[in-house]
Amino acid sequence: MELPNKEFLAPGHRGCAGCGATIGVRLALKVLGENTVAISATGCVEVITTPYPETSWEIPWMHVAFENASAVASGVEAALKAQGKTDTNVVVFGGDGGTADIGLQSLSGAMEREHNLIYICYDNEAYMNTGIQRSGATPYGASTTTSPHGKESFGENKPKKNMPMIMAAHGVPYVATASISYPEDLMKKVKKAAEIEGPAYIHLQQPCTTGWGYNPAQTIELGRLAVETGSWILYEIEEGEFKVTYKPIQRRMVKEYLDAQKRFKHLTDIEKEKIQSHVDAICTELKI
Amino acid sequence: MVSIGAGVKEPGSTRQNKTGSWRTFKPTLDKETCIKCVNCYMFCPEGCINKDYDIDYDFCKGCGICEVECPVKAIKMERE
Repeated sequence: MELPNKEFLAPGHRGCAGCGATIGVRLALKVLGENTVAISATGCVEVITTPYPETSWEIPWMHVAFENASAVASGVEAALKAQGKTDTNVVVFGGDGGTADIGLQSLSGAMEREHNLIYICYDNEAYMNTGIQRSGATPYGASTTTSPHGKESFGENKPKKNMPMIMAAHGVPYVATASISYPEDLMKKVKKAAEIEGPAYIHLQQPCTTGWGYNPAQTIELGRLAVETGSWILYEIEEGEFKVTYKPIQRRMVKEYLDAQKRFKHLTDIEKEKIQSHVDAICTELKI
Repeated sequence: MVSIGAGVKEPGSTRQNKTGSWRTFKPTLDKETCIKCVNCYMFCPEGCINKDYDIDYDFCKGCGICEVECPVKAIKMERE
Protein backbone atom coordinates (compact mmCIF):
# COMPACT_ATOMS: atom_id res chain seq x y z
CA MET A 1 0.00 0.00 0.00
CA GLU A 2 1.45 3.38 -1.02
CA LEU A 3 1.38 5.70 1.96
CA PRO A 4 1.62 9.48 1.92
CA ASN A 5 4.85 10.81 3.42
CA LYS A 6 2.95 13.47 5.28
CA GLU A 7 2.34 12.87 8.96
CA PHE A 8 -1.15 13.81 10.09
CA LEU A 9 -0.23 13.34 13.72
CA ALA A 10 2.70 15.62 14.44
CA PRO A 11 5.53 14.58 16.76
CA GLY A 12 6.06 16.37 20.04
CA HIS A 13 2.94 14.79 21.52
CA ARG A 14 3.11 13.67 25.14
CA GLY A 15 2.62 9.94 24.62
CA CYS A 16 4.83 7.62 26.63
CA ALA A 17 7.95 6.36 24.86
CA GLY A 18 6.80 3.25 23.03
CA CYS A 19 3.11 4.29 22.99
CA GLY A 20 0.97 1.89 20.95
CA ALA A 21 -2.03 4.19 20.52
CA THR A 22 -0.14 6.81 18.53
CA ILE A 23 1.18 4.14 16.15
CA GLY A 24 -2.41 3.09 15.43
CA VAL A 25 -3.66 6.64 14.98
CA ARG A 26 -0.72 7.58 12.74
CA LEU A 27 -1.25 4.62 10.42
CA ALA A 28 -5.03 5.07 10.28
CA LEU A 29 -4.67 8.76 9.41
CA LYS A 30 -2.17 7.95 6.66
CA VAL A 31 -4.80 5.78 5.02
CA LEU A 32 -7.66 8.24 5.52
CA GLY A 33 -5.64 11.20 4.26
CA GLU A 34 -6.11 14.93 4.42
CA ASN A 35 -9.84 15.04 3.71
CA THR A 36 -10.76 13.76 7.16
CA VAL A 37 -12.39 15.12 10.29
CA ALA A 38 -11.43 13.38 13.53
CA ILE A 39 -13.34 13.33 16.79
CA SER A 40 -11.83 12.04 20.01
CA ALA A 41 -13.55 10.85 23.11
CA THR A 42 -11.72 11.64 26.33
CA GLY A 43 -8.80 9.27 26.74
CA CYS A 44 -5.10 8.79 26.21
CA VAL A 45 -5.03 9.96 22.60
CA GLU A 46 -6.96 13.12 23.42
CA VAL A 47 -4.79 13.98 26.42
CA ILE A 48 -1.41 13.30 24.83
CA THR A 49 -2.10 14.95 21.47
CA THR A 50 -3.60 18.21 22.69
CA PRO A 51 -1.82 19.78 25.65
CA TYR A 52 -3.53 23.18 25.29
CA PRO A 53 -2.66 25.45 23.47
CA GLU A 54 -0.82 22.93 21.30
CA THR A 55 -2.16 20.21 19.04
CA SER A 56 -0.62 17.30 17.19
CA TRP A 57 -3.42 17.06 14.67
CA GLU A 58 -2.88 18.25 11.12
CA ILE A 59 -6.55 17.76 10.24
CA PRO A 60 -9.71 19.23 11.80
CA TRP A 61 -10.13 17.59 15.16
CA MET A 62 -12.58 17.92 17.99
CA HIS A 63 -12.54 16.70 21.55
CA VAL A 64 -15.79 16.07 23.30
CA ALA A 65 -16.73 14.28 26.48
CA PHE A 66 -16.22 10.61 27.20
CA GLU A 67 -19.82 9.69 26.44
CA ASN A 68 -20.73 11.62 23.32
CA ALA A 69 -17.96 11.26 20.75
CA SER A 70 -20.20 9.22 18.44
CA ALA A 71 -23.11 11.64 18.88
CA VAL A 72 -20.86 14.56 17.88
CA ALA A 73 -19.48 12.55 14.97
CA SER A 74 -23.09 11.89 13.86
CA GLY A 75 -23.69 15.64 13.88
CA VAL A 76 -20.49 16.37 11.97
CA GLU A 77 -21.39 13.75 9.38
CA ALA A 78 -24.93 15.11 8.98
CA ALA A 79 -23.62 18.68 8.65
CA LEU A 80 -21.08 17.66 6.01
CA LYS A 81 -23.82 15.82 4.12
CA ALA A 82 -26.03 18.91 4.22
CA GLN A 83 -23.14 20.89 2.71
CA GLY A 84 -22.70 18.27 0.01
CA LYS A 85 -19.25 17.24 1.24
CA THR A 86 -19.89 13.53 1.07
CA ASP A 87 -16.28 12.58 0.27
CA THR A 88 -15.00 13.72 3.66
CA ASN A 89 -14.14 10.92 6.09
CA VAL A 90 -15.47 11.25 9.61
CA VAL A 91 -13.45 9.19 12.07
CA VAL A 92 -13.81 8.75 15.81
CA PHE A 93 -10.94 7.64 18.04
CA GLY A 94 -12.19 6.31 21.35
CA GLY A 95 -10.33 4.31 23.94
CA ASP A 96 -11.71 1.11 25.38
CA GLY A 97 -13.23 2.98 28.31
CA GLY A 98 -14.77 5.58 26.01
CA THR A 99 -16.12 2.81 23.81
CA ALA A 100 -17.02 -0.26 25.86
CA ASP A 101 -18.13 1.61 28.99
CA ILE A 102 -18.94 5.31 28.93
CA GLY A 103 -19.49 5.96 25.24
CA LEU A 104 -21.47 2.83 24.45
CA GLN A 105 -24.92 4.45 24.31
CA SER A 106 -23.97 7.19 21.84
CA LEU A 107 -21.96 4.71 19.77
CA SER A 108 -24.93 2.34 19.64
CA GLY A 109 -27.14 5.21 18.53
CA ALA A 110 -24.78 6.35 15.80
CA MET A 111 -24.44 2.80 14.47
CA GLU A 112 -28.18 2.18 14.56
CA ARG A 113 -28.91 5.47 12.71
CA GLU A 114 -26.44 4.37 10.03
CA HIS A 115 -24.29 7.48 9.94
CA ASN A 116 -21.47 7.22 7.44
CA LEU A 117 -18.59 7.27 9.90
CA ILE A 118 -15.63 5.18 11.01
CA TYR A 119 -15.27 4.37 14.67
CA ILE A 120 -11.83 3.18 15.74
CA CYS A 121 -11.57 1.89 19.28
CA TYR A 122 -7.93 1.81 20.39
CA ASP A 123 -8.05 -0.83 23.05
CA ASN A 124 -5.33 -0.85 25.69
CA GLU A 125 -7.57 -2.82 28.02
CA ALA A 126 -7.96 -0.36 30.92
CA TYR A 127 -8.24 3.36 31.71
CA MET A 128 -4.52 3.97 31.22
CA ASN A 129 -4.32 7.73 31.20
CA THR A 130 -6.02 8.18 34.59
CA GLY A 131 -3.92 5.51 36.29
CA ILE A 132 -4.79 2.02 35.01
CA GLN A 133 -8.32 1.50 36.31
CA ARG A 134 -10.18 -1.52 34.98
CA SER A 135 -12.65 -1.10 32.12
CA GLY A 136 -15.19 -3.42 30.55
CA ALA A 137 -12.47 -4.37 28.08
CA THR A 138 -9.95 -5.50 30.71
CA PRO A 139 -9.21 -9.17 30.17
CA TYR A 140 -9.67 -11.92 32.74
CA GLY A 141 -6.82 -12.10 35.23
CA ALA A 142 -5.30 -8.68 34.64
CA SER A 143 -4.23 -6.71 37.69
CA THR A 144 -5.22 -3.03 37.57
CA THR A 145 -5.40 -0.38 40.28
CA THR A 146 -9.13 -1.03 40.76
CA SER A 147 -8.86 -4.79 40.33
CA PRO A 148 -5.56 -5.36 42.11
CA HIS A 149 -4.19 -8.77 42.96
CA GLY A 150 -3.60 -9.60 46.60
CA LYS A 151 -5.04 -11.51 49.51
CA GLU A 152 -8.63 -10.40 48.93
CA SER A 153 -8.64 -10.13 45.16
CA PHE A 154 -7.30 -12.14 42.31
CA GLY A 155 -7.24 -9.35 39.74
CA GLU A 156 -9.92 -8.81 37.12
CA ASN A 157 -12.36 -11.68 37.59
CA LYS A 158 -14.64 -11.05 34.61
CA PRO A 159 -14.01 -11.78 30.96
CA LYS A 160 -13.37 -9.05 28.41
CA LYS A 161 -16.49 -7.46 26.96
CA ASN A 162 -16.86 -8.54 23.36
CA MET A 163 -17.24 -5.11 21.76
CA PRO A 164 -16.84 -6.04 18.08
CA MET A 165 -19.63 -8.59 18.39
CA ILE A 166 -21.89 -6.03 20.10
CA MET A 167 -21.27 -3.79 17.10
CA ALA A 168 -21.87 -6.67 14.70
CA ALA A 169 -25.22 -7.25 16.38
CA HIS A 170 -26.21 -3.75 15.23
CA GLY A 171 -26.06 -5.11 11.70
CA VAL A 172 -23.59 -2.46 10.51
CA PRO A 173 -21.94 -3.06 7.12
CA TYR A 174 -18.40 -3.38 8.43
CA VAL A 175 -16.90 -4.56 11.72
CA ALA A 176 -13.28 -5.61 12.15
CA THR A 177 -10.64 -6.30 14.75
CA ALA A 178 -7.04 -5.23 14.18
CA SER A 179 -3.66 -4.98 15.85
CA ILE A 180 -0.96 -2.34 15.51
CA SER A 181 1.56 -5.15 15.08
CA TYR A 182 -0.05 -6.09 11.75
CA PRO A 183 -0.03 -2.72 9.97
CA GLU A 184 -0.88 -4.02 6.50
CA ASP A 185 -3.94 -5.78 7.87
CA LEU A 186 -4.92 -2.70 9.90
CA MET A 187 -4.55 -0.31 6.98
CA LYS A 188 -6.50 -2.54 4.62
CA LYS A 189 -9.32 -2.57 7.13
CA VAL A 190 -9.27 1.20 7.61
CA LYS A 191 -9.36 1.64 3.83
CA LYS A 192 -12.32 -0.71 3.55
CA ALA A 193 -14.09 1.07 6.40
CA ALA A 194 -13.63 4.40 4.61
CA GLU A 195 -14.90 3.09 1.29
CA ILE A 196 -18.00 1.42 2.67
CA GLU A 197 -21.17 3.49 2.74
CA GLY A 198 -22.53 3.54 6.27
CA PRO A 199 -21.02 3.01 9.71
CA ALA A 200 -17.88 0.96 10.23
CA TYR A 201 -16.31 -0.18 13.47
CA ILE A 202 -12.69 -1.22 13.97
CA HIS A 203 -11.50 -2.61 17.28
CA LEU A 204 -7.76 -2.02 17.41
CA GLN A 205 -5.75 -3.75 20.08
CA GLN A 206 -2.63 -1.83 21.11
CA PRO A 207 -0.23 -2.81 23.88
CA CYS A 208 0.40 -0.17 26.54
CA THR A 209 3.84 -0.09 28.10
CA THR A 210 2.68 1.71 31.25
CA GLY A 211 -0.45 -0.29 31.97
CA TRP A 212 0.64 -3.74 30.86
CA GLY A 213 4.09 -3.47 32.40
CA TYR A 214 6.79 -4.29 29.86
CA ASN A 215 9.83 -2.65 28.28
CA PRO A 216 8.70 0.11 25.82
CA ALA A 217 10.76 -1.46 23.03
CA GLN A 218 8.50 -4.56 23.15
CA THR A 219 5.24 -2.81 22.13
CA ILE A 220 5.02 -4.38 18.68
CA GLU A 221 6.33 -7.71 19.96
CA LEU A 222 3.56 -7.87 22.58
CA GLY A 223 0.84 -7.11 20.02
CA ARG A 224 2.24 -9.87 17.84
CA LEU A 225 2.33 -12.30 20.76
CA ALA A 226 -1.35 -11.58 21.48
CA VAL A 227 -2.27 -12.57 17.93
CA GLU A 228 0.18 -15.47 17.60
CA THR A 229 -1.12 -17.04 20.83
CA GLY A 230 -4.75 -16.66 19.79
CA SER A 231 -5.46 -14.24 22.65
CA TRP A 232 -6.48 -11.62 20.09
CA ILE A 233 -8.05 -12.71 16.83
CA LEU A 234 -7.92 -10.68 13.63
CA TYR A 235 -11.18 -10.89 11.71
CA GLU A 236 -13.66 -8.83 9.77
CA ILE A 237 -17.41 -8.98 9.28
CA GLU A 238 -18.37 -7.51 5.95
CA GLU A 239 -22.10 -7.30 5.23
CA GLY A 240 -22.68 -10.03 7.79
CA GLU A 241 -20.00 -12.34 6.45
CA PHE A 242 -17.41 -13.40 9.01
CA LYS A 243 -13.83 -13.95 7.89
CA VAL A 244 -10.63 -14.51 9.87
CA THR A 245 -8.01 -12.29 8.18
CA TYR A 246 -4.89 -13.72 9.80
CA LYS A 247 -4.18 -17.23 11.03
CA PRO A 248 -0.99 -17.95 12.96
CA ILE A 249 0.90 -20.82 11.31
CA GLN A 250 1.58 -22.48 14.64
CA ARG A 251 -0.36 -21.08 17.58
CA ARG A 252 1.96 -20.29 20.51
CA MET A 253 1.18 -20.92 24.17
CA VAL A 254 -0.84 -18.18 25.89
CA LYS A 255 1.60 -18.47 28.79
CA GLU A 256 4.26 -16.73 26.68
CA TYR A 257 1.97 -13.74 26.23
CA LEU A 258 0.93 -13.64 29.89
CA ASP A 259 4.45 -14.03 31.27
CA ALA A 260 5.71 -11.09 29.22
CA GLN A 261 3.50 -8.67 31.17
CA LYS A 262 3.57 -7.40 34.74
CA ARG A 263 -0.24 -7.25 34.96
CA PHE A 264 -0.42 -11.07 34.71
CA LYS A 265 2.63 -11.82 36.87
CA HIS A 266 0.55 -12.96 39.87
CA LEU A 267 -1.36 -15.67 37.98
CA THR A 268 -0.81 -19.22 39.11
CA ASP A 269 -0.26 -22.06 36.62
CA ILE A 270 -3.83 -23.23 37.21
CA GLU A 271 -5.18 -19.80 36.24
CA LYS A 272 -2.95 -19.70 33.17
CA GLU A 273 -4.27 -23.13 32.17
CA LYS A 274 -7.79 -21.83 32.56
CA ILE A 275 -7.06 -18.89 30.25
CA GLN A 276 -5.36 -21.24 27.79
CA SER A 277 -8.37 -23.55 27.61
CA HIS A 278 -10.68 -20.55 27.13
CA VAL A 279 -8.51 -19.35 24.21
CA ASP A 280 -8.34 -22.91 22.84
CA ALA A 281 -12.12 -23.19 22.82
CA ILE A 282 -12.52 -19.96 20.82
CA CYS A 283 -9.70 -20.84 18.41
CA THR A 284 -11.08 -24.33 17.79
CA GLU A 285 -14.45 -22.85 16.98
CA LEU A 286 -12.86 -20.43 14.50
CA LYS A 287 -10.48 -23.11 13.15
CA ILE A 288 -7.31 -21.21 14.05
CA MET B 1 -3.84 32.73 22.54
CA VAL B 2 -6.90 31.81 24.58
CA SER B 3 -9.96 31.40 22.36
CA ILE B 4 -13.63 30.54 22.66
CA GLY B 5 -14.19 26.79 22.86
CA ALA B 6 -10.49 26.26 23.51
CA GLY B 7 -9.85 26.28 19.77
CA VAL B 8 -6.28 25.82 18.56
CA LYS B 9 -5.66 27.35 15.16
CA GLU B 10 -2.18 26.12 14.40
CA PRO B 11 -2.14 22.49 13.22
CA GLY B 12 0.70 20.27 14.38
CA SER B 13 1.89 22.82 16.94
CA THR B 14 3.19 20.17 19.34
CA ARG B 15 6.31 20.38 17.14
CA GLN B 16 7.32 23.22 19.48
CA ASN B 17 7.80 20.59 22.16
CA LYS B 18 11.05 18.78 21.47
CA THR B 19 10.50 15.39 23.06
CA GLY B 20 14.05 14.37 22.15
CA SER B 21 15.02 15.61 25.60
CA TRP B 22 13.22 12.59 27.13
CA ARG B 23 15.68 10.20 25.57
CA THR B 24 18.19 8.07 27.47
CA PHE B 25 19.07 5.66 24.66
CA LYS B 26 19.72 6.95 21.19
CA PRO B 27 19.11 4.89 18.03
CA THR B 28 21.61 5.07 15.21
CA LEU B 29 20.71 3.67 11.82
CA ASP B 30 23.36 2.17 9.57
CA LYS B 31 22.20 2.91 6.02
CA GLU B 32 24.67 0.39 4.57
CA THR B 33 22.99 -2.50 6.39
CA CYS B 34 19.44 -1.13 5.99
CA ILE B 35 17.25 -3.02 3.50
CA LYS B 36 14.53 -0.32 3.39
CA CYS B 37 11.78 -2.58 4.71
CA VAL B 38 9.84 0.37 6.27
CA ASN B 39 9.35 -1.47 9.58
CA CYS B 40 10.90 1.33 11.66
CA TYR B 41 8.99 3.97 9.69
CA MET B 42 5.70 2.14 10.27
CA PHE B 43 6.17 1.34 13.93
CA CYS B 44 7.62 4.63 15.22
CA PRO B 45 5.14 6.11 17.73
CA GLU B 46 6.47 9.60 17.01
CA GLY B 47 6.63 9.27 13.24
CA CYS B 48 10.15 10.65 13.47
CA ILE B 49 11.84 8.26 11.02
CA ASN B 50 11.19 9.33 7.43
CA LYS B 51 11.20 7.26 4.25
CA ASP B 52 14.85 8.21 3.62
CA TYR B 53 15.56 6.53 6.96
CA ASP B 54 16.74 9.68 8.70
CA ILE B 55 15.88 9.83 12.39
CA ASP B 56 14.67 13.16 13.75
CA TYR B 57 16.45 13.36 17.10
CA ASP B 58 14.46 16.45 18.04
CA PHE B 59 11.52 14.15 18.72
CA CYS B 60 12.84 10.59 19.16
CA LYS B 61 12.01 9.52 22.73
CA GLY B 62 14.34 6.53 22.53
CA CYS B 63 11.69 3.85 23.04
CA GLY B 64 13.72 1.32 21.06
CA ILE B 65 10.87 -0.22 19.03
CA CYS B 66 12.87 0.41 15.84
CA GLU B 67 15.83 -1.58 17.14
CA VAL B 68 13.63 -4.56 18.07
CA GLU B 69 11.68 -4.51 14.79
CA CYS B 70 14.65 -4.06 12.45
CA PRO B 71 15.05 -7.45 10.70
CA VAL B 72 18.73 -6.87 9.80
CA LYS B 73 19.84 -5.17 13.03
CA ALA B 74 20.74 -1.93 11.25
CA ILE B 75 19.56 0.08 14.24
CA LYS B 76 21.53 0.14 17.48
CA MET B 77 20.49 1.79 20.72
CA GLU B 78 23.30 3.46 22.64
CA ARG B 79 23.25 5.31 25.93
CA GLU B 80 23.60 9.04 25.31
